[in-house]
Amino acid sequence: MDGTPLSTFKSTCAYCGVGCGVLLTPDGAGGVMVQGDPDHPANLGKLCSKGSNLGDTVGEALNASYRLRTPMVHGEESGWDEALQLVADQFRHTAETHGPDACAFYVSGQLLTEDYYVANKLIKGFIGTANIDTNSRLCMASTVAGHKRAFGTDTVPGTYEDLDEADLVVLVGSNLAWCHPVLYQRVLRARAERGTKIIVVDPRRTASCDAADLHLALEPGSDVALFNHLLAQIEVRGAIDDSFQQHTTGLDDALEAARADGSYVTGLSRETLAQFADMWIGTERVVTIFSQGVNQSTSGADKVNSILNCHLATGRIGKPGMGPLSVTGQPNAMGGREVGGLANMLACHLDLENAAHRQAVRGFWNAPQMPEAAGLKAVDMFRAVGDGRIKALWIIHTNPAVSMPEADAVRDAIAGCDFVVVSDVTGATDTARLADVLLPAAGWAEKDGTVTNSDRIISRQRSVLPHYAGSRADWDMLAEVGRRMGWTEAFDYGSAAEIFREHAALSGIAGALGRDFDISALADVSDAAYDALPPTRWPVTEARQGGRFFADGAFFHADGKARILPVSWRPPSAKRSPRYPFRFNTGRVRDQWHTMTRTGLSAKLSAHLAEPFLDIHPGDAATQGIAAADLVELRSPHGTAILRARITADVTPGQVFAPMHWTGETAPSARIDALVAGAVDPVSGQPESKAAVVAVTPFKAAWYGFAVSAKAPRPTSDYWALAKTAAGYRVELAGRTTPADWEAAARTLFGLGNNVGDNLGGGDQAHVTSVTDPARGLTRLAFQSGGRLLAALFVAPEPVAVMRDYLATRPGQAAGGVLLGRTPADMPDPGPVLCSCFEVGVNTIARAVEDQGLTSVDAVGRALRAGTNCGSCRPEIGALLASLRAREAAE
Amino acid sequence: MARPPMAEKLVVIGAGMAAGRMLEHLTDAGAPYDITLINAEPRGTYNRLMLSPVLAGEKTYDQIVTHDDDWYATHGIATRFGEPVTEIDLAERTVVSASGSLPYDKLVIATGSTPFIIPLPGHDLEGVIAYRDVEDTDRMIGLGAGARAVVIGGGLLGLEAAAGMAARGIHVTVIHIMGHLMERQLDPEAAGLLQASLEAKGIDVICEAQSEAILGEDGHVRALKLKDEREIPCDLLVMAVGIRPAVGLAQAAGLTVERAIVVDDQMRTSDPAVYALGECTEHRGTLFGLVAPLYHQAAVLAATLCDREAAFVQQSLSTKLKVTGCDLFSAGDFAEGEGRENVLYRDPAAGIYKRLIIENGALIGAVMYGDTADGAWFFDLIQSGADISALRDGLIFGPSFEPSPLPKCSLAA
Repeated sequence: MDGTPLSTFKSTCAYCGVGCGVLLTPDGAGGVMVQGDPDHPANLGKLCSKGSNLGDTVGEALNASYRLRTPMVHGEESGWDEALQLVADQFRHTAETHGPDACAFYVSGQLLTEDYYVANKLIKGFIGTANIDTNSRLCMASTVAGHKRAFGTDTVPGTYEDLDEADLVVLVGSNLAWCHPVLYQRVLRARAERGTKIIVVDPRRTASCDAADLHLALEPGSDVALFNHLLAQIEVRGAIDDSFQQHTTGLDDALEAARADGSYVTGLSRETLAQFADMWIGTERVVTIFSQGVNQSTSGADKVNSILNCHLATGRIGKPGMGPLSVTGQPNAMGGREVGGLANMLACHLDLENAAHRQAVRGFWNAPQMPEAAGLKAVDMFRAVGDGRIKALWIIHTNPAVSMPEADAVRDAIAGCDFVVVSDVTGATDTARLADVLLPAAGWAEKDGTVTNSDRIISRQRSVLPHYAGSRADWDMLAEVGRRMGWTEAFDYGSAAEIFREHAALSGIAGALGRDFDISALADVSDAAYDALPPTRWPVTEARQGGRFFADGAFFHADGKARILPVSWRPPSAKRSPRYPFRFNTGRVRDQWHTMTRTGLSAKLSAHLAEPFLDIHPGDAATQGIAAADLVELRSPHGTAILRARITADVTPGQVFAPMHWTGETAPSARIDALVAGAVDPVSGQPESKAAVVAVTPFKAAWYGFAVSAKAPRPTSDYWALAKTAAGYRVELAGRTTPADWEAAARTLFGLGNNVGDNLGGGDQAHVTSVTDPARGLTRLAFQSGGRLLAALFVAPEPVAVMRDYLATRPGQAAGGVLLGRTPADMPDPGPVLCSCFEVGVNTIARAVEDQGLTSVDAVGRALRAGTNCGSCRPEIGALLASLRAREAAE
Repeated sequence: MARPPMAEKLVVIGAGMAAGRMLEHLTDAGAPYDITLINAEPRGTYNRLMLSPVLAGEKTYDQIVTHDDDWYATHGIATRFGEPVTEIDLAERTVVSASGSLPYDKLVIATGSTPFIIPLPGHDLEGVIAYRDVEDTDRMIGLGAGARAVVIGGGLLGLEAAAGMAARGIHVTVIHIMGHLMERQLDPEAAGLLQASLEAKGIDVICEAQSEAILGEDGHVRALKLKDEREIPCDLLVMAVGIRPAVGLAQAAGLTVERAIVVDDQMRTSDPAVYALGECTEHRGTLFGLVAPLYHQAAVLAATLCDREAAFVQQSLSTKLKVTGCDLFSAGDFAEGEGRENVLYRDPAAGIYKRLIIENGALIGAVMYGDTADGAWFFDLIQSGADISALRDGLIFGPSFEPSPLPKCSLAA
């Protein structure tokens, strides 16, 4: 590079709905350096481990190995002209011969608002079906429904600033410490500065419980009963805000329903319930944060309303330091809601099923037609794909073959669909591999537009890198298809800014119709002003800019009042039985996001938990005959999985937990949504992803293996889990039947060709070195070339005991001694990475604690920097300190 | 050193390595003996094992002499070198040699062994030799580059002879009757690597070869003829097919002799005044050919002669081949068998092979080729019989490895 200083651009993180601002500095070699934006109100310069490592997910080396370069039609490279014409023709043909409802879009919170707007306009206004749904259905839908039922619109009342000013933060079904770490750190700062109390409501003990004053390990799905109990107590203790009730209706019915609910179904003791009520009712400034534990439920919408009820009854809403706060999973889930990306919504929070709204939008779009009924929601949509009602499907930036409930059936449905288009940055996803037409999309840091975060802040995602190879922006692809289908004027967009202006203009009409989402003051924003748009909280009108909603009691129902809804507890739809005795909870881990299509590219982020696992209680493990590090087999009525057992009292007896990130690309036996039933909330249509039922038995492995390789291995065993490392890859393996010839099997696994028995080392061929102990079924093979390790495989009849994190560093290094499977006696093993930001291992921390007598997480941070950047690992460092203290005491 | 008056007369027959070591112990202990050393070879003790480096030109003869005339003088030991003993009279307690009879109070027979010469037709031709002493070594050295030699016997000694001659530019063919080289020390896989590296030195190796006759011309060896009719031309034929204990004198004297002179744990023969030492002895039915146990015998005998308690105990043996570039080590018992388990390390590209043999949790044998750095450590483990179960995972990597708990999956603690 020449000596010119690098220029830095402001943009927004690609991951969760916190919507952190980032400073991107292109490195001149196709990559970017990433820092937190100190001026962004969402994160004030902080980033979590995932955001900090965004730089690992872009760059030329990665592009070359991972990105799509050209459109692919039935597996063959194709030109854009040919590919988009085919898409246009197929959708037109399908709509004409089978009706518009034979077409569908399944889109994603990864789309920028402008992309989302065009997709929604194309299918609803022009193709003429409401069959557009989004992966937000799996994430947010219950909150959308709850908000609309209570407020009349899908409105987030408060802001993140409330977390700074709250005296009590209640986390309901949210592992904020891992899933929204920047907000969690913000809560911890408030705790340090003003003594903010923290309550966690979660069946599982999570990292978020580490700093909690109270953990309510309630029965899965009993949240409604808990908040009904709270509502009843609010009345009993005279905490109803009577003056605020002039702005609400339904309190009495809600109280009656609340009193009728039995709090015993929560499984919580009277004392715990009383303590919870004391703290919540006794604290004026209370923020109730809720997330997937609430949303992903067949009673998700009711759970949301049971929470909103308590805030409405006490008038604790829309004022500094108080209110309900839904935290969302995707960078633009909120933008998707704003443009009407859901099957039952229109743009700008207008309702599809409202004739006036339909008319307004149709007029504004000058649309030939407009469906009058809601389209199919995600679960129903893929059932319609499966039974052939939907014949043309366009999937954009999401991986339903993995993430949908009954994922195997969904995968088969997509595979069997007449015409499937997938837009993505890569072809290496379970879903992309099923596409008839693959369209290479511009990726994060390339594409240009806006996203909206969980507290209504619209931020720019800016293009700081050129579009890779032939990739195109999503709005550009969608508009092109619109024009090729004949609607040239409606889709005659030249830039994201044009689309944004149109959206903003439409929101003015929505505002006039009494909707909350109104950014009409931006309708005439210039291209330059759009480029420079600072983070802006909606609404943005002449009258009003940002701020909180509802403190004034002005709601969006026709009568201007909020609804306090009578809701009653319902158990999860799946019932435990002798055949399926375990309640199966699913969720996320600290350093991975969704199906790993981005985080899985980062060696740093893959070092924390490098294989899929099942948390199971020690008592259950004992009765099932499961030992630590065993593999276990899960069975549900819908699918099976093989996972590594992690025996922990973090889960209660009878409940098991598994993360949802692994896929056919990374661990085919761990596609855990294949076990989840497609049961949905009757109001929101959101599936119950956290309360399936399963049987858990030990996996009968004939052999276990661990391997490292410079090149990507090609495993085929019954169990395998692949993870990226700085030196290449690591993979866990296991199988029911033992290969006859391990060297041949290993050469196939590593793609080293079959020069078996090559014992004079012809040139660059891979020479094998082996250690075998036939009596004990041990085999260790190292392949090298020119003295450098290419790959190594360690096989044993029980889980392989080797220093994995050390071995993972060996490919490309001197091959000698690797078969020992551990560091040379004089070299310490860092152990699995706890702190991803500074890559500090468990053993490194443990040694420092013992050698330097460190006693606190901060002391560890001063000594090793661990936990001093994003802080996401601080709970684990705390847990490690505790366990070391316990060990010391025991000795 | 002045001899004490009336000191007992100790006569030692044979100045091999065992006798030399025994005399060192004895004189270090200042034992009050009037010692006479008689040797058939015209010299005192030298390190016979070092003849191979001499042959290979890596050492000179002077460098391998362990006891020269000065040493015997300063330790007051009378010597009769180049003077074979012709008779032992147990009743008279005398030994007879060229310069007359010599009385003894105590006698040590250390006549060692003589190489076995296969009685093939032509074995008495000029140019058919064994490989035992300095003279044999000089014969091989004398051949000179370009000459051709045949070595019968692919054991330790034969291969050292072959490698030594090859190092001097002599074209050598090794004839071995068994299926692989050094079958008493190596398994077939290690022997295969050894053969490959010998062949890389230009040595031809023929295994499973039956010799039929030694062909001559004008009384001098010309070639070896095999049963398969092959003829291998040579200017010198070295037989290294084993040794026979030299027991003629003892037998004639009437001592108990089975396959060799029978000795007890104190090295005493059937005559209380007569002891035997070295390759000429048989202890509990076992004969000896390697130096380690003989040095042990020497120490026991010296102690016994000093009236100290000592007993000879047989221990498992380890072997090293002194051929540059052929690094092998063998110890203990490596025969396959019921309940015996192997741990194997193979690096064919580097020509390294290691095999550990484990029985009932203990290491009982080791065979290594190409990398023998840890041989001594394995040998100790074999001799101690310690339970190695806890070490087993890393055992073959040698002593640097310390067992400790290891992660069994890819999940952070």
